Amino acid sequence: MSIEWEVVIGLEIHAQLATRSKIFSGSSTAFGAEPNAQANLVDLGYPGVLPVLNREAVRMAVMFGLATGATIARRSVFARKNYFYPDLPKGYQISQYELPIVEDGSVDIVLDDGSRKTIGITRAHLEEDAGKSLHEGLGARSGIDLNRAGTPLLEIVSEPDMRSAREAIAYMKKIHTLVRYLEICDGNMQEGSFRCDANVSVRHEGKHEFGTRCEIKNLNSFRFIEKAINYEMARQIDLLEGGGSVVQETRLYDPDRNETRSMRSKEEANDYRYFPDPDLLPVSLDERWIEDVKTSLPELPDDKAARFVREHGLSEYDAGVLTASREMAAYYEDVVRRLGGEPKLAANWVMGDLSGYLNRDGLDVDRSPVDAVRLAGLLARIVDQTISGKIAKEVLEAMWTGAVDADAVIESKGLRQITDTSAIEAVIAEVMAANPRQLADYRSGKDKLFGFFVGQVMKATGGKANPAQVNELLKKLLAER
Amino acid sequence: MAELARGMRSREYSSEEVTRHFLERIESGNGRLNAFVTVTADRALQDARRADADIAAGRGGALTGVPVAHKDIFCTSGILTTCSSRMLSNFVAPYDATVVERLAAAGTVLLGKTNMDEFAMGSSNETSFYGPVRNPWDEARVPGGSSGGSAAAVAARLAPLATGTDTGGSIRQPAALTGLTGMKPTYGRVSRYGMVAFASSLDQAGVLAQTAEDAALVLEVMSGFDPRDSTSVDARVPAYSRELDAPVKGLKVGIIREFLGEGLEARTRDAVESALDAYRSLGAELVEVSLPALPLSVPTYYVVAPAECSSNLSRYDGVRFGHRCEDPKDLLDLYTRSRGEGFGAEVKRRIMTGTYVLSAGYYDAYYLKAQKVRSLINADFRQAFAQVDVLMGPTTPTPAFGIGEKVDDPVTMYLNDIYTIGANLAGLPAVSVPCGLVDGLPVGLQIIGPHFAESRLLAAAHAYQRETDWHRRAPQGWA
Repeated sequence: MSIEWEVVIGLEIHAQLATRSKIFSGSSTAFGAEPNAQANLVDLGYPGVLPVLNREAVRMAVMFGLATGATIARRSVFARKNYFYPDLPKGYQISQYELPIVEDGSVDIVLDDGSRKTIGITRAHLEEDAGKSLHEGLGARSGIDLNRAGTPLLEIVSEPDMRSAREAIAYMKKIHTLVRYLEICDGNMQEGSFRCDANVSVRHEGKHEFGTRCEIKNLNSFRFIEKAINYEMARQIDLLEGGGSVVQETRLYDPDRNETRSMRSKEEANDYRYFPDPDLLPVSLDERWIEDVKTSLPELPDDKAARFVREHGLSEYDAGVLTASREMAAYYEDVVRRLGGEPKLAANWVMGDLSGYLNRDGLDVDRSPVDAVRLAGLLARIVDQTISGKIAKEVLEAMWTGAVDADAVIESKGLRQITDTSAIEAVIAEVMAANPRQLADYRSGKDKLFGFFVGQVMKATGGKANPAQVNELLKKLLAER
Repeated sequence: MAELARGMRSREYSSEEVTRHFLERIESGNGRLNAFVTVTADRALQDARRADADIAAGRGGALTGVPVAHKDIFCTSGILTTCSSRMLSNFVAPYDATVVERLAAAGTVLLGKTNMDEFAMGSSNETSFYGPVRNPWDEARVPGGSSGGSAAAVAARLAPLATGTDTGGSIRQPAALTGLTGMKPTYGRVSRYGMVAFASSLDQAGVLAQTAEDAALVLEVMSGFDPRDSTSVDARVPAYSRELDAPVKGLKVGIIREFLGEGLEARTRDAVESALDAYRSLGAELVEVSLPALPLSVPTYYVVAPAECSSNLSRYDGVRFGHRCEDPKDLLDLYTRSRGEGFGAEVKRRIMTGTYVLSAGYYDAYYLKAQKVRSLINADFRQAFAQVDVLMGPTTPTPAFGIGEKVDDPVTMYLNDIYTIGANLAGLPAVSVPCGLVDGLPVGLQIIGPHFAESRLLAAAHAYQRETDWHRRAPQGWA
């Protein structure tokens, strides 16, 4: 019988903070400029220049700390991490080492079975990003682009609390949601604004000691993280089951081959010679300032979800889906507000048809051709019975492509629901007259034919007859002799 | 210098005339002294004409039209800034250091950039890529370092004043060895922006001048908060030159016991003691104080300074500026040869020492311990200043030594800074004042004050200079 293995995962997430200028210089942080167009003398590490801390980066780090229930260091210290690399102009990266700005936080994730699990956040510290080495189109030479050098990063280090790739993804998504709620990171994984390294080890289930871990570098999509962790876990189990042992090392995930490859072993690892940066004073935060940041925090996703359950009567699942992005939650709330209630109807439409179209067209909710005002307009016509839910789907499709109001579609296509009793009765009379055999059978006890008559009436009205009225009137008229 | 400026403002002579005078002296004297790396004659004359126009328009200030030489560690836009290193022998800074900017805004005239120990690492000016600077008092001797070019230039009257930087004594020690008044202000008083970094927690810009009055006039312009330097202090800068007449009577002077013991050359000690007597007769109250941790300052410094320098000098990698080796094979070759060729022996020695003390497994034993000792030294000074207003003692253990005498013995060389390093470790202001001659060579009295007590130090120095004329003496042949 085979041994049960357990994987142990910790993540180091790098979130690029959404400041306008760099963490230690006045250069812009905008993405996509010509190489080195956004690198000033400080970013280039010129002789004599000095770093000056961007207070906005500090505020954002503190927001994150407060949002994860962490301890905010009243005094934190920037340190130099020394190593040589062409995209690191000063020969050291300014980071935080012994005294980070945020420590001991946590977030809750929802597991596949619906239960909750708390993932600890060991620390989150501020640091500057390095530049980029460019190898394409330069022949045998390499180029350096220092636009990214000095961009502020918040490195969020988790406890080794995750036990599957799914949990790691759930945690990463949770942090992704949170930083975007806080508007401290744009979360753009393609541009590298949100990326992570994963520490992975395996051990026999029930054991307390951790196995030897490998660090997988620079994972920049949820899908890759899941695949890389699963690959790495299988690799380590194979090694151990084959009588080998895991070597502590840094590995790189190759998405084309779906495998991890060794980058450097622990022995080859740099000795970074961290020491406090004498060019920067320790960051001292006073209580009032921290309190001000606290009051400036937006409603956080967990709080919002709890409120949707409490006040809107949504299920925890629905509330969780709707609050996964701040924009989606805002859209939903806007619909409910304009509709003057009907939260369940709004939730179903936002999570169902609207999300379906958005996914199909690869759009974010804030780019939706049907904005919250228009969706509320559509749902209002369901509520006042102008159209049925089924017709509403047709209307939404027309609204999506035509960028028009629900009412305009309903009018132009003549989709207004028939609620006039005499009109429906007239149709029923026609249907009864056209189907004498079925009528006789029904009246002799074949109750199942009721559905047939409903179908015929709906067909005759082009689906516009109010279904409840059709049911009621059919029952009455079919029973009459 | 102060008289010079007054003469220009009263139109006795123009800045252009004064500037030409100094440029001529540099022309004829620099060959012997090697005090300048770069002479900016054209720029100087331009600056001078502008100053003359300002004076004519009634816009002249205390320093308008006064020629100045900058230590070649301050970045000057469009002019070489070499740090006397092969590494930066081709480096033209694209910007002005704050110190340069402020002195230019005050109307000073830039004569040129002065020779120094390579990256300010040295006490004799012998580590310069451009060769040693000679002491005008005896050309076979060193002028001290690392601001040796600035000291030699002012002492030989090639410039009325010069800027310097002081990381472990690099202003005060050369000032003492060349008969000048040299002041290192409180750490954070003067912006470090644009000053090529050696050891960031110790580096401080200051001035070398003939008199305390001159030093005061320059310092009040150089000092002040700079948002580009996070370690510069946002506090009001007093008008030092207007506080020079504060009386010495009643000043409590602490004589540092640890500085008068073994290692202090006897006649240097005599000169310092007669200076102390002069203060006593001016009404100062002298008491002996002990700072027991102070003798540990040299080993502490030689851990902290190399640690910071090993990191600060990592940016010289041959990639973006400075010396790059010919035809690098690969990245490692580019790094090792560019740095191997670009840095001199003393700089390499300190980078290696610094790398070692920060390494895993050695950090606690060296760097961390040094920081703890630094706190003890700080505490000693704090206690001393609870009892006295200023501390006094010698600036150096001996007068200027011979060129080549100590180059092969770094430890003996390092001990030359034994009396000056403490003020750097504690971030205190300190001034060296000429207080005598030993065999025709100047020696200095050092006055150390509490943080931001620059006014007090300058007034004390000024009072002494009104009673004595050591600061008026010029080296023979250079008067």
